[in-house]
Amino acid sequence: MNERPAPEKLPRDGSFDIRDWLRLELMPHFMCPGCGHGIALRALLWALDELRVNKDDLAVVSGIGCSGRTAAYIDANTFHVTHGRPLAFATGLKLARPDLTVVVISGDGDSLAIGGNHFLHACRRNLDMTLILLNNEIYGMTGGQVSPTTTAERFTTTTPFGNNEPVFDACEVAQAAGATFVGREATLQTPNLKDLLKDAIAHHGFSVVEVISDCTEIYGRKNDLGNSPEMILAQKREMRPEAYRNTVDTPFRPNPFNTGVLARRDRPEYLDVYRARTEALRRQGGGK
Amino acid sequence: MNAQAPVNLQGNHACALGAIAAGCAFYAGYPITPSSEIAERMARELPKAGGVFIQMEDEIASMAAVVGASMGGARAMTATSGPGFSLKQENIGLAAMMEAPCVIVNVMRGGPSTGMPTRPAQADIMQARWGSHGDRPVIALCPASVQEAYAETIRAFALAERLRTPVVLLMDEVIGHMVETVTLTPPTEEEKGARKWADEPKEGFLPYRITEDGVPPFPRPGDGYRAHATGLTHDENGFPTQDPARVAVVMRRLLGKIDKHRDIIDKWECVDCEDAEVVVTAVGISARAARAAVRAAREKGVKAGLFRPVTLWPFPEEAFRAATAQARAIVVPEMNAGQMVLEVQRLARDEQAVVPVNRFDGEPIAPREILASIEEALT
Ligand SMILES: Cc1ncc(C[n+]2csc(CCOP(=O)(O)OP(=O)(O)O)c2C)c(N)n1
Ligand code: SF4
Ligand SMILES: [Mg+2]
Repeated sequence: MNERPAPEKLPRDGSFDIRDWLRLELMPHFMCPGCGHGIALRALLWALDELRVNKDDLAVVSGIGCSGRTAAYIDANTFHVTHGRPLAFATGLKLARPDLTVVVISGDGDSLAIGGNHFLHACRRNLDMTLILLNNEIYGMTGGQVSPTTTAERFTTTTPFGNNEPVFDACEVAQAAGATFVGREATLQTPNLKDLLKDAIAHHGFSVVEVISDCTEIYGRKNDLGNSPEMILAQKREMRPEAYRNTVDTPFRPNPFNTGVLARRDRPEYLDVYRARTEALRRQGGGK
Repeated sequence: MNAQAPVNLQGNHACALGAIAAGCAFYAGYPITPSSEIAERMARELPKAGGVFIQMEDEIASMAAVVGASMGGARAMTATSGPGFSLKQENIGLAAMMEAPCVIVNVMRGGPSTGMPTRPAQADIMQARWGSHGDRPVIALCPASVQEAYAETIRAFALAERLRTPVVLLMDEVIGHMVETVTLTPPTEEEKGARKWADEPKEGFLPYRITEDGVPPFPRPGDGYRAHATGLTHDENGFPTQDPARVAVVMRRLLGKIDKHRDIIDKWECVDCEDAEVVVTAVGISARAARAAVRAAREKGVKAGLFRPVTLWPFPEEAFRAATAQARAIVVPEMNAGQMVLEVQRLARDEQAVVPVNRFDGEPIAPREILASIEEALT
């Protein structure tokens, strides 16, 4: 880890330089050309840069998947854990070290299938950390199997006759489970994604940002979705920005997605409540 | 409570108080009989000690949270029983690979599956050794009294922190639930053991450096090292590698960590082994029964002895061989269908008879059953 200028010393004239945040010694990275996860990573680093987060106090926890592999490239305290468990790991890390800014990077399989339980309970608890859910509708890392977000009828290696399962809407699930900040953005709109991530990270409580990402190499090819630019432009057709939510009433596809901040609630943060309660009871001489 | 005055305590509570005394600052768990008293006690004690208790959504989450807290620098612990221990195995492997110090308590009950939730067993002896996938360093401690539940919990933390590895505390339901009079002597700093914190130049820092003692210095997040930790096989720099030459080197270091520290890991008790013609080898509550059986045998003029591993894994081979030097037979009572006996068979000399005594009906083994086997073994 080479010495680089402290974040405060970097030029703040809007000239965000991603290299300041990357472990350049690990380049070239493993991602396929055109993979949406790389765009999401850029947006995250841009957001952290604008928020002037101190890298030394930043912990990035990631699960297993192409999404999970991105964390290693970030020049911070990075933890690449088990499949589906980054939120549970991060819960322990944050409770032990509330001084750290904790960001979790996960995939649709990681957070909505194998880690679905942890996702629900993290939303319910409201511990101060941010989940970035890179939704590419597929298990990219393992070669393109169906995921809980694969669009109906699409082909994957385990749905050779087309997907017959309905999808999870991660943002709806997050809201139902009580998350206090929920947003969605597509890689198409990188600056918007950066702004959304800034809001999410600054939010005091558990925040979820679903990123509409693309697996070009596997999902894209299998379903003839075109090359990377074509897949990104397709996001535009399918997207319904939150601002237009009530004016555009015809869905563009079976599961149209709304973007922007979808929910923001005021609810006490987990550790604040825990500390306040245990302190008060302790002073009275113990709990029940 | 005056820590030095004797108190009546259950094994599970002694374990919780041992953890607090050892400086545990984080507990994550999921309720399961017969271990739940540990969680309940930790929920009360931890906030008073400035730590955090959390009941997670399942044992998988509990174990992951413990590894997370540990990688943040905290002394962390979880407790469970057989079914939950199975769920924890994947992240116990993660702890071994990331070298996250932590303590996992398993209060054993009858199995398999939901089995007999309220009945005692010692049927996770092999799960503790082989439960997680892949080759990995393993330490498991096995207390046989409430006093020892307290002391061995403290030692479990010390070993975990010093060697950067998960340590399992294996108790059987009897030890977990029985009440005995104990003295809760606070541990010295030496007894608590310290983590080797990284305190060296950040430039070129290698978070998994191959060191003389096999333990890499731990980079505390926030101290400026900005290290990477992963469950993937990694090189000294923490980043994944699949280069066979490098993997061989770094995995040898990881696995060899235990061998390098047998002097502080191994612990056992020998009773009347010097001239013993029969040595009973047992742990936990079975060792209590064995002690009574050995005493009764001696009264009858039979030269019997007891070898009790306090550290069960790695099995204290050298001490076992010394203790059984004169033995013609080795009796192995255990509350399972025959697990530790496999290790004993591996270590016994060809001419030594190995006699298992097994119960898996939810009842502890009685001294008279062991005595009968001692007498039989010599005829
Ligand atoms: C316990 C366990 N089960 C299965 C796997 C194999 N596995 C690795 S990544 C992955 C799916 C990843 O999909 P997703 O979370 O959507 O990430 P992506 O690669 O699409 O970014 C699976 C099933 C594993 N590593 N661990
Ligand atoms: S397989 Fe798909 S998700 Fe993985 S890096 Fe390639 S394009 Fe991205
Ligand atoms: Mg995916």
